[in-house]
Amino acid sequence: MATNLLFDIAWTHVTSRVRQTLVGMAGVAMGVGFTIMMAGLMQGSQIDFLHQLVDTMPHVTVQDERRAAPTQPAEQDYGAVQISDLANLNSRPGITYPETMMAALRSWLPGDVAPSAKTTAIIDHGGGRVGVTLVGIDPRLEVKVSKLASQMREGQLGDLSRAPNAIIIGEALAEKLGVRAGNSLLVIGGGGTEITASVVGLFRSGLKRIDEGQIYSLMSFAQLMMGQSGVVNELRLRLDEPLAAQRIAAQVEAQTGYKSVSWQEANADLLSTFSVRDFIVLTVMGAMLLTSSFATYNIISTITHEKRQDIAIMKSLGMREYAVRRIFIIEAAIIGAVGILAGWLLGYALCYFWSKITIYNMLTGARVPLQIYYSPMHYIVAGGVSLICCTGAAFFPARKATRVHPVEIIRGAS
Amino acid sequence: MSEIALQAVGLVKRIEGAVSHTLVNGIDLAVARGEFLAITGPSGSGKSSLLYLLGLLDAPSDGEVIICGQKTSNLSESERADVRLTRCGFVFQFHFLLPEFTALDNVLLPMRAAGKIAEKEMRERGLELLDSLGLKDHANKRPNQLSGGQRQRVAIARALSNRPEIIVADEPTGALDTASTEQVFGILRDIADSGRTVIVVTHDPALAARADRRVHIVDGTIADVTARHAPAREATAAGA
Repeated sequence: MATNLLFDIAWTHVTSRVRQTLVGMAGVAMGVGFTIMMAGLMQGSQIDFLHQLVDTMPHVTVQDERRAAPTQPAEQDYGAVQISDLANLNSRPGITYPETMMAALRSWLPGDVAPSAKTTAIIDHGGGRVGVTLVGIDPRLEVKVSKLASQMREGQLGDLSRAPNAIIIGEALAEKLGVRAGNSLLVIGGGGTEITASVVGLFRSGLKRIDEGQIYSLMSFAQLMMGQSGVVNELRLRLDEPLAAQRIAAQVEAQTGYKSVSWQEANADLLSTFSVRDFIVLTVMGAMLLTSSFATYNIISTITHEKRQDIAIMKSLGMREYAVRRIFIIEAAIIGAVGILAGWLLGYALCYFWSKITIYNMLTGARVPLQIYYSPMHYIVAGGVSLICCTGAAFFPARKATRVHPVEIIRGAS
Repeated sequence: MSEIALQAVGLVKRIEGAVSHTLVNGIDLAVARGEFLAITGPSGSGKSSLLYLLGLLDAPSDGEVIICGQKTSNLSESERADVRLTRCGFVFQFHFLLPEFTALDNVLLPMRAAGKIAEKEMRERGLELLDSLGLKDHANKRPNQLSGGQRQRVAIARALSNRPEIIVADEPTGALDTASTEQVFGILRDIADSGRTVIVVTHDPALAARADRRVHIVDGTIADVTARHAPAREATAAGA
């Protein structure tokens, strides 16, 4: 059956019902447009959050611990022996020969590595106590592995070296404690060591748990708080390609024997939440597209009802049932295709206007724009799904209509 | 003996249901190539049902329809559609033209559906047909711009477009005035005279009398057969 003929008939049907056709196209356009906007908004906010996360924390963290207890001599000699409650013979914490290890890693690592001494501490100020994570860093190496230098709001990273017992704290923590750069705080280490430290800078990462719960100092200060001079208990890696972190972490762990945690592993719960959110949003978007196709269903149902006589006559002339059915599928495809094109424009416009909207961030007090991610994939997927929904919606009324027996209609008309 | 264009053998059409009803009851009929056959009978006698069976629009409950030597009882619905498209042309009481299409587009419809000739040739043939039926100036008009007689002539042109061997017409003049009736019947007569088989259901005895043969149906069976100038055509009406 000549496709041109079927297309001509379909085109005639849809163009002779302008209002109905426009309503159908508008339904499809709304579904596609809002789906694109939601996808852009969802992925934009997600990517923005991940960028913040990836910028704020090391891509891979090598810790001075192992995933599993090392194989014991007794296990090697007696395969069936069971061992539990192992005591660590190495009483000194930290990574062994960190400089050598860093040099070895730098020889192949697509990125850089810096040491740190990480411990917990309590800040005692103004009668209040706040527990924090104290990260001792080398400011010259730190710039290679974190965005801390660019996140400074007051002071500079290098100021850590210009004052004794200097610390840098987050803006949120400073606000909580009521301190400013230049003020002094009492820092209490885990072993009870108390040192008065000077706040030489304030940073803002954008992540509340970091801005309120993490402070930075020189390595020597952190080591002093730990009571372990010279100890390095963490190597922090920054990679050229953050998404390669899991693979690199596995390689580093295999090379060093120390537990190496990628940013994905460290935030597995969060990423899992993203997956759930993705699923929910995709379900909602799918429902939107499906709902929008109901307009097409209505139109095709109406046309097939109105055209029962034409269907009968086409069948009586010798057009096959599937060919007549294809006419209505083509009609739905025409409505869908034009609706999708309009939906693409609508989606782009919505994304553009939404990106101009700013939301007040209660944590930072700043107004931040809605992050929109523009991706051709959003347009392709929304368009593709919508087209399938439209043609699918047309299939059932078309099938029902074309099953009609021509004699019944011809007799009825007579 | 003339070549048989269409033959019905023991044709039965029953409507099954709470109360079964037999519309066509064991009809045997042979129609020769180029014959003009009129089927008459009172309302509800089964003449239209017989016509739909002969034109393969409907499937018989029993019996066989043979078109140009081809048995059709074992054909699938799609194969029956192909036979209708290429071997039969239909004209109904109402024109049943597609309202959004022009007269020419309606005439082209079966040719385009068959897809056997080039677009240019189709248009030429379509215009030729409209011209032969006095509709050349109306080729680009839509059905609602035509009179009843003109619409029916367009429907005849459409029935002729694939050059079928058989034209099946169900009361083609039923909705026309006297002048148009005369014109349409004249056209059908000409078609038959040109060598095609024409089978017409009509209530009009005067028109039926102008056919080569008249088959009168009562209660689904052939009650009477009258030949206009027998034995000019030697078609048989067994069972009559």
